[in-house]
Amino acid sequence: MKLDSKIPSGPLADKWTRHKFDMKLVNPANRRKFKVIVVGSGLAGSSAAATLAEQGYDVSCFCYQDSPRRAHSIAAQGGINAAKNYPNDGDSVHRLFYDTIKGGDFRAREANVHRLAEVSANIIDQCVAQGVPFAREYGGLLDNRSFGGAQLKRTFYARGQTGQQLLLGAYSALSRQIGAGKVKMYPRTEMLDVVLVDGKAKGIITRNMVDGKIERHAADAVVLCTGGYGNVFYLSTNAVGCNVTAGYRAHKRGAAFANPCYTQIHPTCIPVSGDHQSKLTLMSESLRNDGRVWVPKDKADCGRAPADIAEKDRDYYLERKYPSFGNLAPRDIASRGAKEVCDEGRGVGPTGLGVYLDFSDAIKRDGEPAIRARYGNLFDMYERITGENAYQQPMRIYPAIHYTMGGLWVDYHLMSSIPGMFVLGEANFSDHGANRLGASALMQGLADGYFVISATLPHYFASEKKFCPSTDHEAFLEAEEKVRGIISTLLSINGRRTVRSFHRELGKLVWEKCGMARDKKGLNEALKRIPELRREFWENVNVPGSEGSLNQALEYAGRVADYMEFAEMLCYDALQREESCGGHFRTEHQFTTRDKEVKSGYTNEGEAKRRDDKFAYVAAWEYTGPNKRWKLNKEPLVYKEVKMATRSYK
Amino acid sequence: MHLILKIWRQKNAEERGHFEVYQAEDVSEDMSFLEMLDVVNEKLISEDKEPIAFDSDCREGICGTCSMVINGDAHGGEKGTTACQLHMRKFKDGDTITIEPWRASAFPVLRDLVVDRTAFDRIIQAGGFVSVGTGGAPDANCTPIAKPIADLAMDAAQCIGCGACVAACKNASAMLFVSAKVSHLNLLPQGKPEQDRRVKNMVAQMDAEGFGGCTVTGSCEAVCPKEISLNFIAKMNRDYGMAILKG
Repeated sequence: MKLDSKIPSGPLADKWTRHKFDMKLVNPANRRKFKVIVVGSGLAGSSAAATLAEQGYDVSCFCYQDSPRRAHSIAAQGGINAAKNYPNDGDSVHRLFYDTIKGGDFRAREANVHRLAEVSANIIDQCVAQGVPFAREYGGLLDNRSFGGAQLKRTFYARGQTGQQLLLGAYSALSRQIGAGKVKMYPRTEMLDVVLVDGKAKGIITRNMVDGKIERHAADAVVLCTGGYGNVFYLSTNAVGCNVTAGYRAHKRGAAFANPCYTQIHPTCIPVSGDHQSKLTLMSESLRNDGRVWVPKDKADCGRAPADIAEKDRDYYLERKYPSFGNLAPRDIASRGAKEVCDEGRGVGPTGLGVYLDFSDAIKRDGEPAIRARYGNLFDMYERITGENAYQQPMRIYPAIHYTMGGLWVDYHLMSSIPGMFVLGEANFSDHGANRLGASALMQGLADGYFVISATLPHYFASEKKFCPSTDHEAFLEAEEKVRGIISTLLSINGRRTVRSFHRELGKLVWEKCGMARDKKGLNEALKRIPELRREFWENVNVPGSEGSLNQALEYAGRVADYMEFAEMLCYDALQREESCGGHFRTEHQFTTRDKEVKSGYTNEGEAKRRDDKFAYVAAWEYTGPNKRWKLNKEPLVYKEVKMATRSYK
Repeated sequence: MHLILKIWRQKNAEERGHFEVYQAEDVSEDMSFLEMLDVVNEKLISEDKEPIAFDSDCREGICGTCSMVINGDAHGGEKGTTACQLHMRKFKDGDTITIEPWRASAFPVLRDLVVDRTAFDRIIQAGGFVSVGTGGAPDANCTPIAKPIADLAMDAAQCIGCGACVAACKNASAMLFVSAKVSHLNLLPQGKPEQDRRVKNMVAQMDAEGFGGCTVTGSCEAVCPKEISLNFIAKMNRDYGMAILKG
């Protein structure tokens, strides 16, 4: 497989502007002749479908939810970054670019990230024009807050519901186009395969989740905006329906999958309470603006009520280890910090897997009403789930899988290694490197959907000879047959175990062996166990019900079947990456007291140690067949603008 | 704890439904309501029975997917709480719990507790937007918006579109939903140019979908998981009246 990132030449800051001019256009009168399929209706999908329809293309949009407004972007709480520099605290496009590259631990492409920073300001303008009710100051202008990994305020927010408000903005734009007949919307419809004609993406196979009908849809291009794969871990902060099926089935058709081992663990989630748990709930990172993270210094104190532990007996470990970023250290670092103190036996709560997030100082300083105004809905949510009042006692938090930086490989145009198939938002791999900074996912989803695809897709159309096949083409019949085969096999196994029990076992395995810390031994154990579990799944799963009806067990079975394969690729990727970077922490590769960076005080013992000489590349995996090893392709990462450095947040 | 569940079962939109009784054993108080149903479903599957179909997605109270009437209350009667955020510590050992789908002719049942709420999407498509295309938007700070207005618009914009307001209303009226959507945009300067046609078109679509009339009993406000205020209905009625007067 040849990976050409198609990064334009020229100075970094001019690449996107110049490239927009160099790309070809499609005449407005011809646009309606091009059919586009958009899969997914989150921030990336809704914004792409709306924008392409506004331009005049013939758009169809698909989502598994009952309404496009429910996609999981809706759950983002904290905010969206943009280099507006409204607070006049030194922000610029270049600084947002630099923070994002550094936050990603120097494993993202410079050109993509710079473009993201450039369009960030336009996103805010667009959203405000749509009526997104961002928080404002009394003067009527927009308010900003700070977020992890940045020393300034560049995050725009709408109470604790920024994702919801941005998605409703994109959904309203999409709805306008649906109402005008420019977008055909297919809710409760799941994509089960992508169809290639002459090596190019020309359509998809879907299942109507209400009546079970399998349908063929043809187009000139397919745009996947299908989100991340965090649910491979079973417990994550993702919605329970989030899945990797669209992306993974496209991967099996030839789309390279890049850096699957880059998974983000969010430091502030509500700890697990028992085996019944179906998902984990995030408490926004914005809480770390006012909350202080601590555990007892002495593990003997862990069982005591937090109020009884004197100030001098508390270890505010983030403030201690990272004095300049303190509680706002980036997510990977804050998560590992929590794991470390819990591994030492200093964790709190019934399971010992928890740390305190304490607001008592902020309440003393600003008063309870001020804290309530800032985070009231989050405190309410915490109380509903745990039964505890966080105004009176500290929250207990623990890291959980939250976001996946890895995804389908795309070039600068966001086109995958299948020509004609584009991948946007969390589903691609391109902008966050090995770790994503808070408030950057919303930015990327909307940047891709509003501003990037609208420039690069026309270029693809203008460069290709127009050809939208009939859905009777043999490639469609073959793909449909394959999809039907999977469904009827799943329904005919009639085994003894539920889909959920398989998913839970797989997730636990992946979390233990390929979660917050990874090592060669554990990864090899996982790689031995996953194929066994997969075999058992296909022999012993019990999927009740029929094909031709609303059958949630069947939907779930198909998704878990894909996780059973995907998990193996994830572990292979983690195994081959013999370094630590961002969300990928290999215990064999960490700073020790022998390193000069630790001796000089630049960084701490136990921090992630990159190996730029060997691993400064994107690992793009190629599917080679069922139960076969994936083939590794490497795209070297070249840094011209920034110097690769050891990350330090001290 | 042990619970007795009376749950609405219905094969599809055409067939008649009925209640069935299930036993939920070993329910822990830390479980969410939907996790309790997950456990019941696991047991049904292992007995080769069809699990109970119900909608849910984010399970943190923001996507608006979950939708069930629990003991007569949409979302279970806990103030400002969706069904997915309802926890079992609110119930007692031995309780009998009745679980039904949203009941409204504009929300036909698809299966068991799953209903079709696309009527809400069609109302938005009729006018729940600002007609602005991508690109060319002025700088975000060009238009200052007084904080109280922005905050009020945000109060309305919090609506998660779950449909509990319809389920709670004796007339299955969608006024709280539509008024929240209309008010969010009509309050903001960005939404002003289209305020009259927005309210007229959205109300017309609401009526066309078969939602009932509003008699301001406030049952919608009582069950709304985002505690959307009845005041928005008053505001929408005013906007609607003004729009009709202007012709």
